[in-house]
Amino acid sequence: MEFLEALADPAIPFLRYALAAGILASLSFGIIGTYVVARRITYIAGAIAHCVLGGIGAGLYCQHKLGITWFGPLSGAIAAALLAAIIIGLVSLHANQREDTAIGALWAIGMAVGLLFIAKTPGYIEPMSYLFGNILLISKFDLWMVLVLDALVVGTATLFYHKFLAVCFDEEYARLRGVRTDLYYLLLLCLTALTVVLLVRVVGIVMVIALLTLPAAVASNFAKGLWQMMVLATLFCIGFIGSGLAISYNFDLPSGPTIIVIAGLVYLVAACVRQFRKNSRLRSAV
Amino acid sequence: MSATSTQETAVRIRDLDFAYNGTPILENVTLDIMARDSLCIVGPNGGGKTTLLKLILGLLKPNRGEIEVLGLPPEKSRLRIGYVPQYARYDPQFPVTVLDVVLMGRLDRIFCGAYAKADHEAALAALAEMGLADLAGRLFAEISGGQRQRVLIARALAAEGELLILDEPTANIDAASEEQFFKLLTTLNERLTVMLVTHDVGFASKFFKSIVCVNRQVVLHPTSELTGELIRNMYGGDIRMIRHDHRCSPEGHCTHGIS
Repeated sequence: MEFLEALADPAIPFLRYALAAGILASLSFGIIGTYVVARRITYIAGAIAHCVLGGIGAGLYCQHKLGITWFGPLSGAIAAALLAAIIIGLVSLHANQREDTAIGALWAIGMAVGLLFIAKTPGYIEPMSYLFGNILLISKFDLWMVLVLDALVVGTATLFYHKFLAVCFDEEYARLRGVRTDLYYLLLLCLTALTVVLLVRVVGIVMVIALLTLPAAVASNFAKGLWQMMVLATLFCIGFIGSGLAISYNFDLPSGPTIIVIAGLVYLVAACVRQFRKNSRLRSAV
Repeated sequence: MSATSTQETAVRIRDLDFAYNGTPILENVTLDIMARDSLCIVGPNGGGKTTLLKLILGLLKPNRGEIEVLGLPPEKSRLRIGYVPQYARYDPQFPVTVLDVVLMGRLDRIFCGAYAKADHEAALAALAEMGLADLAGRLFAEISGGQRQRVLIARALAAEGELLILDEPTANIDAASEEQFFKLLTTLNERLTVMLVTHDVGFASKFFKSIVCVNRQVVLHPTSELTGELIRNMYGGDIRMIRHDHRCSPEGHCTHGIS
């Protein structure tokens, strides 16, 4: 295989970095993606992802125009994602109605702010790589970043597994068992935000939701219980990223869209198989 | 009420008013529920049954009046209540096992990490008591409606509270399992105070010691007083009489206090 030879080639380290980042990030994607799918907050994750562009734009502007070197696109992305998570969390906890309108507005405003900042940043900046991702631009520093965020997300999510499970499954009952559900819900959204920042590098802002939710959605067809779904989602995610990278390398295709198309196809096949099995069960029951 | 002062009060409500967005739901409620009593809470839809439960659980705050549960404000006594919500509101596709659902009844006993051995034992014992021991590893989504209802009761039992509150638990079970279900509640009533909301008493009344009628106002009757004559008086004569049947009419018989 061309791809495997390229992986071993010391002259092209970026491919190894890309694969390593993908595999490491899959841990967070699998765990947080499972919560997002189970709790049905895909739309919220999408809004957070799009707000990331606002942070990236602000980071670029600060760095290039204002000369604030310590606040770059990555810090901006993390700050914007966390801010968006907290705003959306508070809206969905306290606004009784029109939650989706507020989320949709934030979604678009985040992007608009990002594009405005980028337009006013000196020098030419290509927003495409942020919007659609380029896993091949990942550096050794990014790899460390992924590792740190991974540790944070995986550590928190496993430590408070039972609390998150209860808050997602039955928030009211969790509150009656003395759990501060509002705090855990906000914490879950913040973890989602951090995971989204990880993902933006890999597949870009626009396609983040797909890679966050598709592995978990495929896993839900086979899983017995939430943590099994997390493990399976992580494995599927590694599979999608690995095969997507290989195919995009072999056929000279952009990596992000290739990964997403593979994930989407597997999801469709799994959904069809599930429906087929359900129908044949119904027929045999008659 | 003829309750003696030596008996322990499980729920004590005084002059309570509750309005939602300016619409009064409950007015001037005064109610004493004795420990080890078993009540069935009846009334028309929108009459305030669920609101009364949520006030007792401390999920809602009264606009006026006092409420005490097991001698404490509701938010403080919460952990001593086993609550069984309506199961229809669950996401039917949520990936969670039966055992994990029951373990949620012990959620207050852990801060982080895994449940202790004692929690697992309590959860399994509660499942066994509900006759569901062999379902522990199954997905909550895969089992039948009646089984899910019993899983939720097992979760409430695993919490080891003193007061068991059930919100319309019989809405999805057939008449035969309903009778069995009420017998089970009678057994649980030997150690717990039981409150059950239903919009159709049917033959339920024979399993309960008291009936609470909720329709803006709240009135408690001992079921022993529930003779045909009394029911006729309460409803004003024009009702379909079935043995052990008891319905709150929309006109609200509850305004006629019975003492």
